[in-house]
Amino acid sequence: MRTLLTRRVLASIPLLIAVTFLTKALLVLSPGNYLDALYANPAIGPDHIERLSKMWHLDSHNVFERYWYWLWPALQGDFGESFSKSASVLSLITERVLNTLLLTGSALVVSWLVAIPLGALAAVYRGRWMDRVIGMFSFLGLSIPTVFFSLLMVLFAARTGLFPAGGIHDQRMWDVMTPWQRFVDTLWHLVLPTIVLGTVGLAQYVRQMRGEMIDVLSRDYIRTARAKGLSRFQVVARHAVANALNPLVTLFGFSLAYLLAGALLTEYVFSWPGLGTLIYDALRDKDEPVVMAATVMLVLMLVVGNLIADVLLAVLDPRIRLE
Amino acid sequence: MAALYTLVVLYAAALLAGFLAPYSYDDADHALPFHYPMIGHVHIRDENGRFSRPFIYSTTVVNPQRAEYAGDRSAKHPIRFFVRGDEYRFVGLIKSNIHLFGVDKPGRFFLFGSDSLGQDIFSRILYGSQVSLTIGIVGILISTVIGMVVGGIAGYFGGPTDFTLMRVVEVLLALPSLYFILILRQLFGEGLSSIQIYFIIVVILALVGWATEARVIRGMVLSIKEQDYVVAARALGFSNSRIILRHILPNTLSFVIVTATLSVPFYILGEVALSFLGVGIQPPEASWGNMLSAAQQFRVLTDFPWVLTPGFFIFVAVIAWNFLGDGLRDAADPRTLQ
Repeated sequence: MRTLLTRRVLASIPLLIAVTFLTKALLVLSPGNYLDALYANPAIGPDHIERLSKMWHLDSHNVFERYWYWLWPALQGDFGESFSKSASVLSLITERVLNTLLLTGSALVVSWLVAIPLGALAAVYRGRWMDRVIGMFSFLGLSIPTVFFSLLMVLFAARTGLFPAGGIHDQRMWDVMTPWQRFVDTLWHLVLPTIVLGTVGLAQYVRQMRGEMIDVLSRDYIRTARAKGLSRFQVVARHAVANALNPLVTLFGFSLAYLLAGALLTEYVFSWPGLGTLIYDALRDKDEPVVMAATVMLVLMLVVGNLIADVLLAVLDPRIRLE
Repeated sequence: MAALYTLVVLYAAALLAGFLAPYSYDDADHALPFHYPMIGHVHIRDENGRFSRPFIYSTTVVNPQRAEYAGDRSAKHPIRFFVRGDEYRFVGLIKSNIHLFGVDKPGRFFLFGSDSLGQDIFSRILYGSQVSLTIGIVGILISTVIGMVVGGIAGYFGGPTDFTLMRVVEVLLALPSLYFILILRQLFGEGLSSIQIYFIIVVILALVGWATEARVIRGMVLSIKEQDYVVAARALGFSNSRIILRHILPNTLSFVIVTATLSVPFYILGEVALSFLGVGIQPPEASWGNMLSAAQQFRVLTDFPWVLTPGFFIFVAVIAWNFLGDGLRDAADPRTLQ
């Protein structure tokens, strides 16, 4: 366990450096910077802009120099201040990261809770109408564009009034709510974005689960379990599903990237204040410290997610030992 | 097969967009923003209950602020075929102004309604399909070439070359592509023509998307290079590039085609996402993505839901490509059927 952790942390360092360097390089090489918008503002003098440019090292166009100016303080835990919001980047980003984790986490849980029984059912009733229906639904889920699905959901929310059409909580009532009410309110706002984002990975999980279950159901120990006189349900639920879960957990690591990309669009449509919308806004404004810190967070989320997948695999399957 | 027919119809419609669309993509009637779809308002019986050629009643603006319209029974516009209207180039070559259908001026025929500028959504969907549907094909061609070259080299030479290239592939696969695409898009700034943006989008998507192909092809090359005919080619003293290009890569083709077909939706959805976020194809040019971005305004979405129509077309195109890819995969590898 300890060695696995150390190895993963060590392996993530080159990845972090490569990705942040690439991001910084692209930011430096792209035309214009944050200060361009300020020149148009008559209230701000050119010497002030000059000073800001010096302070933020925007006057240098050397990629390596600029990267070092970011990297050195960042290594000491200082991610700088946002250009546009004059607040420390960490304070801006923490809440956003939590919101995105909330959204992607619940989407993952939902898609697993739906995919495992559906995949198992499709395998048990293989080739019959149940299998066909599940196959078709997962196919539709695979093909529906996130943007379109999100917009349809917003429309649904607006028409029926059953769910809030956007945001993370009720802006007006939030301050007077009790903790319990806040929890319920956030959950209420979470439903539709979770459905959309949960659908993104659903089809893949269902297919994988079905394939794996078909494989497992033909094994000898399943026949033994049936011969022992266990009910069909017990065999499927206790013996087959438990053994079919492994590849699904491996898939979890891969699907994180998908999920985070899908989260950007879902957050954008549902005005969910997450990491995705933060990066999008920061990129538009060329707010470099925010982009950099958010990129670090994104990579960290991927690394930690993959680590969790490995640990989970070891917990579920005693045959796999972490070294 | 239904998928293939759907795709043929969609791509044919994109090719003939100018002829099929009653209006040009930027033909705006500012007096008629957010006009409701007329598809359910085409009459085939006149006021006396007799059958006549299909016609629509003209509409009058009731409340211009709220974009409310009412049917005006006093005037009707018969739907005519092969009418003259906006000029376009037939199949991109022949100048023409004949459209498949339309109504006489001053009437307007909005099959799927109109958008905020009073442009015909049906016409814009047709013109938009030229962008949204071709981006998939062009993108897949570029990324397949990159993927075949990289996968071929990595698989054939192995060792450190393979190791380095595969780490790059892994990083590309592990990163959330959309963020990477957005950052790359920054590099090109704004104020570009739509043709430039089109190619920028294709190149960016291909730069991100080749990794899947490279990995698949590398895996196949690894097994193919042990085959007798490759060993024979090597014994004959052929150059490495000749062996890769002439002996190995052609044998991966069936799987390359399957992977390529299954990745077309990635390009279609990539363009949709970029244009929807406002960094892709810019109005007045139409693409399915930038048409959808109108729905991002809450009031527009709730009051004029027909602005979502392009979304159905994206959905259908993506389903069709996925179905086709699945079918091809089953055909190429019958084992998956079991």
